[in-house]
Amino acid sequence: MAKYLLLKHYRGAPAAVNDVPMDQWTPEEITAHVQYMNDFARRLEETGEFVDGQALAPQGTFVRYDGEGRPPVTDGPFAETKDLIAGWMVIDVDSYERAVELAGELSAAPGAGGRPIHEWLELRPFLTSSHTIAD
Amino acid sequence: MDELLLRGLTPSVLTILVRRGADFAAAEDAVQDALVEAVRVWPDDPPRDPKGWLVTVAWRRFLDATRADAARRRREEVVDGEPEPGPAAAVDDTLQLYFLCAHPSLTPSSAVALTLRAVGGLTTRQIAQAYLVPETTMAQRISRAKRTVSTVRFDQPGDVATVLRVLYLVFNEGYSGDVDLVVEAIRLTRQLAASIDHPEVAGLLALMLLHHARRAARTTPDGSLVPLAEQDRGLWDTRLIAEGVAVLQAALARDRLGEFQAQAAIAALHADAPRAEETDWVQGVEWYDELVGLTDSPVVRLNRAVAVGEADGPRAGLAALAGVDDALPRYAAVEAHLRERDGDLAAAARLYVEAARKAVDLAEHAHLTKQAARLNGLLRGPRNAAEPSP
Repeated sequence: MAKYLLLKHYRGAPAAVNDVPMDQWTPEEITAHVQYMNDFARRLEETGEFVDGQALAPQGTFVRYDGEGRPPVTDGPFAETKDLIAGWMVIDVDSYERAVELAGELSAAPGAGGRPIHEWLELRPFLTSSHTIAD
Repeated sequence: MDELLLRGLTPSVLTILVRRGADFAAAEDAVQDALVEAVRVWPDDPPRDPKGWLVTVAWRRFLDATRADAARRRREEVVDGEPEPGPAAAVDDTLQLYFLCAHPSLTPSSAVALTLRAVGGLTTRQIAQAYLVPETTMAQRISRAKRTVSTVRFDQPGDVATVLRVLYLVFNEGYSGDVDLVVEAIRLTRQLAASIDHPEVAGLLALMLLHHARRAARTTPDGSLVPLAEQDRGLWDTRLIAEGVAVLQAALARDRLGEFQAQAAIAALHADAPRAEETDWVQGVEWYDELVGLTDSPVVRLNRAVAVGEADGPRAGLAALAGVDDALPRYAAVEAHLRERDGDLAAAARLYVEAARKAVDLAEHAHLTKQAARLNGLLRGPRNAAEPSP
């Protein structure tokens, strides 16, 4: 088993195919979307592939040590390409292929008109420390 | 095995150990050991006097640990001077424990953790699960808190207001895992109300009961929020409401108004209305005026603007809102609601989007986004419009 991080972005990823802002959907479409995400997580819990998932608020700041007692806070050094993470899910799966399959499924969450959003998700494996001792 | 009985006995057993000379951290560890032992032994061999049993076992554990300690000799001299374990006194002496666990030297999160552990008798694992943090993290938080209060004299009078704030924090934390923090907060507040005669303790208990009574109606099975006006009032727990109102009335009769009593009075007005439209908003505004006088909190002013909007119309509500700090988390949501009722759907939709962006709660975020979506549907015209919400 290997752990993968599925990252959902607010901005920065290429536009989704069905790219309509959520506040332009109908309330029913929003409910269906949330339901899909919840069902997806629950199903992965049942298959034993779910590790953790959290949504993140869109607010974020960049902080850097800048001398005693005065860390500067900015809105971000990359104003034009600001890429904030909307949320993540950590899965623990048998293979890279399975991780890609699940990411694809999550990306197909329904959006406006009940059609899949086709949004881009970032898929990243976790670095692990080896338990095998080679000497 | 009655876990609630055990938890109810925990604070007084702990207090007895400390009275006998055990320091708080060691006493707390000994009591936890005794609780574990009780869970193991009691099902087959229930004691006649559960509290006396716990005191005896916890005291032995404390002595064992103390003897094993490096400072053995010095401590044994202290222990020798102490009375032998005997039947526990039937006095309620948990009050000092509440004060200690809510000591001002602790951060709010440490005070909450220590209260749940020492007064509530929850295990570290249960508290960690309720707060969704690793057990080791919670264990560290608790031992740090115990170290902080270990130098606090146990017989000093504490601050009731701080205790109430800690209990209200527990209540507002909601629930997850196998411990329902809402129910736990109510249980602890009941216990506190039984050991101290203070109108604000009653006020907080009433407030918790009245909020808790509406819980089943507040969310749908899939977790979406249901606003107060749209809740199915048939799901409200009338028994809890009746109890909350009775507790509140007894407190108000003593004529020492405080912020929890005033908040409970507002909750009681909602609980009293058979339908949302029948809510006595005029009286609600009066209670908010009292609250502003008691707390002068910007959040109270924001809530008052909602009440004014219901009592005197959206324009009056917007006027009341004008004096409130617009950086408050729910400001945009309140303004959106008032703008919509005033007929300015475009501004309301824009404000709902802004409010959703600022929401810190997932269910709230989804709810506000849906409000924006509903208005945007109406603005696009009937062809695409979603059904207007009731």
